[in-house]
Amino acid sequence: MPRDPKKKPITVDQKRYSEIVRDLAPKPLYLKNALLAFVTGGLVCMIGQFFTDLYRITLNISPKEAGNPAVATMIFIGALLTGLGIFDKLARYAGAGLAVPVTGFANSVVSSALEFKREGLIFGVGGKMFLLAGSVITFGVVTAFFIGLIYALFIL
Amino acid sequence: MTKKVGKQTFKPSSPPVIISTAAVSGPFEGQGPLGKYMDHVYTDVTAGERSFEGAEKEMMTNACFTCLNKAGKSPPEVDIFLSGDLLNQTITSGFSALELAIPYLGIYGACSTSAEGLALAAMLVDGGFAGLVLAAASSHNSTAERQYRYPTEYGVQRKPTAQWTVTGSGAALVAPAGQGPVITYVTVGKVTDLGIKDPLNLGAAMAPAAALTMIQHFADTGHGPEYYDLIVTGDLGKFGHEMAVKLAVSRGGFDLGKNYRDCGLMIYDTEKQDVHSGGSGCAASAIVTYGYIYKKLLKKEFNKVLLVATGALHSPTSSQQGGNIPGIAHAVSIEMT
Repeated sequence: MPRDPKKKPITVDQKRYSEIVRDLAPKPLYLKNALLAFVTGGLVCMIGQFFTDLYRITLNISPKEAGNPAVATMIFIGALLTGLGIFDKLARYAGAGLAVPVTGFANSVVSSALEFKREGLIFGVGGKMFLLAGSVITFGVVTAFFIGLIYALFIL
Repeated sequence: MTKKVGKQTFKPSSPPVIISTAAVSGPFEGQGPLGKYMDHVYTDVTAGERSFEGAEKEMMTNACFTCLNKAGKSPPEVDIFLSGDLLNQTITSGFSALELAIPYLGIYGACSTSAEGLALAAMLVDGGFAGLVLAAASSHNSTAERQYRYPTEYGVQRKPTAQWTVTGSGAALVAPAGQGPVITYVTVGKVTDLGIKDPLNLGAAMAPAAALTMIQHFADTGHGPEYYDLIVTGDLGKFGHEMAVKLAVSRGGFDLGKNYRDCGLMIYDTEKQDVHSGGSGCAASAIVTYGYIYKKLLKKEFNKVLLVATGALHSPTSSQQGGNIPGIAHAVSIEMT
């Protein structure tokens, strides 16, 4: 049988089976997941707001200035819960509610650092800490650059 | 004259005997319905080692030594050690072989490794090349999750078709004669790809291979599904099991019936233990077969069992590059005479 390495058409068999699997595979409970994410995400934001207000009142600083220590506190909580092995259990239910806020970012960095700790401080923790968060940083910086460029060209 | 019957099946002329087996598991598996059939249940997933990889090696080594002890054999008496696991370069097997110091042949069939090892052991023994062959397979949830998916502490919502990698290891000792169930047929599977790409739905990716191997086994041997008291696939999970039943009917016209179960569904209490579609990994079929099924065979509660261990032959690299997930399944017919 001659082989054409470039073309590998999908056979009728593959197409039919993929369709059957797509139709029959149990689907995630989208509505329930979305509702849970909404509620838990809201709770995370409420906790964040609590810390912002707390720092604003106790340190007598502006709301904008109070944002930074509040974010740091949320990162700390996310990291601590990851280290204690609680975060992944909560995230099973909360999903995007915990993943989207800064707590999710903290979890992705800390879980990678923990996972690769045994491969040493340099190649393990240092090299692989941003395994999951790396793309967030990369595309965050790229997006920020282009938005900055648009701002500089058209708005200034 | 070869020992081949039909297209893919091999029939040993004097069926080799599984004289001893051993199964060890992690704590989560120990809480499942088959926990009491394990030779050892670890209380901690690290098994007292400093890494999860170390833990997996400890489990495999323990399973091998336990298996030998139960048969009253020592490593120098064994001619060949066949073993495989899921980690890159099958390090669990290699490092275990170092400790066992038995001439070693590493094998890889993803989660089908247990049946692959058993099949090869039977062939080596029946071919007269070896008098005593030890076959083992292992997997560990934490090592497999990290290699195939995410760090263990990463918080992620799993899909309902996702499976839970079983932590544990199983080993079997095969000899030309002795007490115990015998291996009557070996059906070597072909790699099958029906176009599934989702690594979180491995059951569906492997179900076609399982169904085709079973159909070929039935055609080659002339035994239908009703011949067996129990037919078990390795780790298809809830959805894969469902697909295999459908495919066996649509492709071969076989009704697998009530006696068809899946190791991945037997290990856990799928109602109480949060494992989504069921268990997966080399250890799924290894610990169910070498722990539960072997003991039931000895008690003659099962007399004829067809083990169809299934494997997904992808890697994270092939998946990320958009490749399909090919599946494989090997069948071993184990009978108590």
